[in-house]
Amino acid sequence: MSDQHLGAYAAHSHAAPRPFWPPLAAGIALGLVLLATFIFTGHGLGATGFFTLAAAWVGMQAAPAATAANEYLSPMAGAGALSGSWITWQVVGVILGGFLAAATAGRFHVQVEGSRKYGAARRLVLALAGGMLAGFGARLATGCTSGLGLSGSATLAVAGFVFLGGFFAAGLLVSRLPLLRK
Amino acid sequence: MDTGIIVSGLLCGVLFGYVLENAGFGSGCKLQGQFQLRDWSVFKVMFPAVLVAAIGLEALRALGWVQPESLYIPTTALWPMLLGGGLVGAGMAVGGYCPGTSAVGFASGRIDALVFLVGLVAGTWVFALAFPGLEDFMSAGQGPDRQTLGDLLGVSNWVVLAALVAAAAGGFFFGGRMERAGPGPVTVDEALGGER
Repeated sequence: MSDQHLGAYAAHSHAAPRPFWPPLAAGIALGLVLLATFIFTGHGLGATGFFTLAAAWVGMQAAPAATAANEYLSPMAGAGALSGSWITWQVVGVILGGFLAAATAGRFHVQVEGSRKYGAARRLVLALAGGMLAGFGARLATGCTSGLGLSGSATLAVAGFVFLGGFFAAGLLVSRLPLLRK
Repeated sequence: MDTGIIVSGLLCGVLFGYVLENAGFGSGCKLQGQFQLRDWSVFKVMFPAVLVAAIGLEALRALGWVQPESLYIPTTALWPMLLGGGLVGAGMAVGGYCPGTSAVGFASGRIDALVFLVGLVAGTWVFALAFPGLEDFMSAGQGPDRQTLGDLLGVSNWVVLAALVAAAAGGFFFGGRMERAGPGPVTVDEALGGER
C-alpha cells in the first residue's frame, strides 16, 4: 500500500465526528417521534418508570425482605414486573438507538465527560450526586423530563408545565453554585 | 411475555434515543450549557418537539381520529411536581443529565452517565425509604383530573398553542442572542472531550 493509500485509510478510520443536528430539526424530529408514540400507544415517551422498576428489581436481588416490606417498591417488585413493562423495552430501545446514532456518526467515545473541567474523580462524584437528586425528584414529581416535561406538556397538561417551571428555575439557580465552577 | 409490548417499546425507544443522540443530548456538558445560558439546545429542541406533538394531537382530535379519553394526560399535584421538577433540574445542573438523557450518554460511551444511572437507582431507593413520611405531600396542591392549560385558563387549546408558538419564537430569538454573546453552543469536538 502506498503512503497515500495509508493516509487515506487512516483518515477514514479516524473520520471526524459528524456535528449534531441543528436544534430546530432535532426538535421537529423528536416531536414526530413523540406524536407517533401517542398515536401508537396512547401515551408518550418516558424513562423514570424504568428506573423505579429497576430499583425494585435490584432491591429484590440485594435485600428481598426489605424490598418486599417497602410500601413504595413492593407493588413493583413482582416477578416479571421489569421485563413485562413497555417502559423497560422503551429504555432498552433508547440505549440501542443512542448507540446506533453515536456509532454511525463517529461520536461513540468511552470517556468521563467533563473531566477536563472538574477532574475525573470530582466529575464522577458530581454525576452520582446529580443522579440521586434526579432519581428522588422524579419519584416526587411522578415523572421526569421525558415523561412529564416532554410528554405531559405535549398533551398541554398543566402538570407538564409545572414540572418544566421547577426544572428550569432550579437548574438555572443551582448551576450558579461555586461548587460547580472549575 | 407480550411480544407486542417488546416490539412497540423497542421501536419507540430506538427512534427516541436516535434523535436524542443526534440532538447532542448524550453530552452532559451540552445539557448543562443550557443552565449556564451558553447553549440553548435543551429549549430549542424540547419546545418545538412539544409543539409539533401538541399541534398534531389537537389536529387529530379535531378530525376525530384520536379520542381525547384514549390519551394519557397527567393530573397536576402542584407542590410535589414543582419541587420534584426542581430536583430533576438541580440533578442536571450538578450531574449533567436527566433520566432519559443519561441512558443516551451511557449508550455513547460516557462513564459519567453510567454513574448518574447508578445515582438514579440510589435516589429512587432513598425516596422509597422516605415514602411513608412523604405520602401526604404527594397530593399537595392537587388539581382537577387531567387538567390542561386550556381548562385552567378557560380558553381553547388552539389559543394556548398560538401563545406557545409565540413564546417559542421569543425564546429562539433571545436564546440565539445569548449564544452569540457567549462562547456559543457546545460543539461535537468539545462533547467528545477535545478542546474547541
